[in-house]
Amino acid sequence: MSAVTEFLQQVTEGLGSGAVYASLALALVLIHRFTGIVNFAQGELAMISTYVAWQLVASGMSFWLALPVTLAVSFAGGMLIERIVIRPVQGAPELTVVIVTVGLFVFVNAMAGLIWSFTVKDFPQQFPDGGIDLAGVRVDWSTLGIIGVVAVVMGLLYLLFQHISAGLVMRAVACNPASARLAGIRVSRVLMLGWGLAATVGAVSGVLVAPVLFLEPNMMGGVLIYAFAAATLGGFDSPVGAVVGGLFVGVAETLTGAYVDVVGADLKVGVPLVIILAVLLARPQGLFGRAAVERA
Amino acid sequence: MRKTTALRAAAAATAALLTATACSSHRGQDAQDTAADGACKGQQTTGITDETIKLGGIYPLSGPASAYGTISKGVAAYFKHVNDKGGIDGRKVEFTVRDDGYQPPKAVEEARRLVEREKVFAVFQTLGTPSTAAVWDYLDKQKVPQPFVATGASIWGTDDKHPWTIGWQPNYVSEARVYAKYLKDEKPKAKVAVLFQNDDFGKDLLGGFKEAVAGSGIKVVAEESYEVTDPSVSAQMTSLARSKADVLLNITTPKFGSQALAADAKNTKWNPLHIVNNVSSSATVLQPVGFKNVQGVVSATYFKDPADPQWADDAEMKAYKDALRKYAPDSDPANQFNAYGWAAASSLHEVLDGMKCPTREGLRDAVRDLKDVKVNMLLPGVTLSTGPDDAFPIETMQLMRFKGERWQLFGEPVDTRKEFGPLAK
Repeated sequence: MSAVTEFLQQVTEGLGSGAVYASLALALVLIHRFTGIVNFAQGELAMISTYVAWQLVASGMSFWLALPVTLAVSFAGGMLIERIVIRPVQGAPELTVVIVTVGLFVFVNAMAGLIWSFTVKDFPQQFPDGGIDLAGVRVDWSTLGIIGVVAVVMGLLYLLFQHISAGLVMRAVACNPASARLAGIRVSRVLMLGWGLAATVGAVSGVLVAPVLFLEPNMMGGVLIYAFAAATLGGFDSPVGAVVGGLFVGVAETLTGAYVDVVGADLKVGVPLVIILAVLLARPQGLFGRAAVERA
Repeated sequence: MRKTTALRAAAAATAALLTATACSSHRGQDAQDTAADGACKGQQTTGITDETIKLGGIYPLSGPASAYGTISKGVAAYFKHVNDKGGIDGRKVEFTVRDDGYQPPKAVEEARRLVEREKVFAVFQTLGTPSTAAVWDYLDKQKVPQPFVATGASIWGTDDKHPWTIGWQPNYVSEARVYAKYLKDEKPKAKVAVLFQNDDFGKDLLGGFKEAVAGSGIKVVAEESYEVTDPSVSAQMTSLARSKADVLLNITTPKFGSQALAADAKNTKWNPLHIVNNVSSSATVLQPVGFKNVQGVVSATYFKDPADPQWADDAEMKAYKDALRKYAPDSDPANQFNAYGWAAASSLHEVLDGMKCPTREGLRDAVRDLKDVKVNMLLPGVTLSTGPDDAFPIETMQLMRFKGERWQLFGEPVDTRKEFGPLAK
């Protein structure tokens, strides 16, 4: 294998893990657009949705029936969480809400452990085994499949944000809830919708990555950090940015791990941190994000 | 405002309660401790009478490592089984299990509770290297035996400042030596790629392996580590594949073990001999990968696997399965962690039988004076041996290869102390 092929193989590998990060970053972006908060529990919600799907499949349901059921359950679950856990602190400073999501993170993780235990579960892979050989570079079908689905979700979110009136409404809510309410928007409904949709997108992410990462309660914990880096890099309000950011983080992490000896596999985990820091210093709104404008 | 007042009141009440319990546990401490007479004069007899013997154990019944918690069920079932047959030398065992959630600070709290409140004779098993390291100073200071800790770190045997603590299972260095011996015999020119967890466990095993192959034709040509917080090891596996090594040594904990096995199976261009360490050799790791994808994988073990049909008619295995059904009906007898607990508990039984004095000092000394003690749940050829210079009860393991739907033992048991000499301190 030549050095070039080798390099391309590493890039492919990076794109594969980047797509995983991007899938969760999309959910982070979605909930941020709707509610203006950063949801630390997003990964855990995705994980528990995946368990729902796993449970349905394990009890004999076909995957393609289990999937829509899981998405519906996740949507309802997300709305319910907003109503029960987030609504009481609505209007409190953002930090309060963020802390509540951290609490939710811990709680959901423990719940999953209690119900399904911490042993590894295999999740059915829907993409075919094996892969294709592009000039010596092996690309797995599962990698291509994940990238494809992530692209579709990204497209749907883009449409939602840019071309549907609901998108405008929720941007108003995220931007200024008080004014939005005065303009006749039912703010709490929009927030519930935001949580529901984000949980659904998260469920897609969990179901996508579970066959590769293996399902257990801590499956999304590591992914979340990288997804944050992806969303920060791309801009917390841009679905395109989340995906580009995710792929970039994945490739950067893999290449530094493979080629920069000082970093190696040991410090690889530091790469997202460096990216977050650099972006926040140089361009706080992210590559594709819009800077928040405040009235003086 | 009213809310905060109520909160404050609750906090104050909790604090008062905590202080009260802390005081009471201190007060009673030395008054009830007793000392033996005769030849065993002056030795501690806390927790042991002619009728009973109180033991405590600390396991992760909750949290990320809770899969190991079931070991306590195997232990408890063994003691109940023995109690029904008259106990150990006429003494009924009272075994108290505490949960530390795999958190070292919690383990310390539970150890104090067992020693100061429950007044146990010994803390039989703490699970995991972090929890064990967190409590051994305390137990050493209190002079409470901590026999057969459930972790394979080599430090329990190489350290000479904690005479009250001793391991049980083969340490990670011994395990590495078994693989080294196998490669020396079968693939003397092997090029080895290593995937390892970047912590004491991974470094212990990798270090032991390198030392054991030093000077031979076997070379470690690539090493990749991962952190337990990493989402996946797929990038590391790609890098390792680049090395073109003909052996892959997989030093991982369960989830990452599954990921590495799956990555190896997926990569059809690289087909090394895959050695997976004992920690990740359980069926719960292999099954998610698919049995067809792990054929020919090699590992090592030292006790009888309850899922292996070759032990179906084994008397000890039958007793184990009956006892588990009777005393722990919610647990799975085929789970090897239960059998592990059973084997460790019956090892302790042998030690208690061999005590010269029925005291804590007697247990401390007996556990370091074992001569080829047979334990029926261990593999034939695997026995317990310790001595003044040997604080490693089990140092023999046997290789196994995955075939069909289960592991199959092959070769002779490898006595690593005989092959490689004692571990360097």
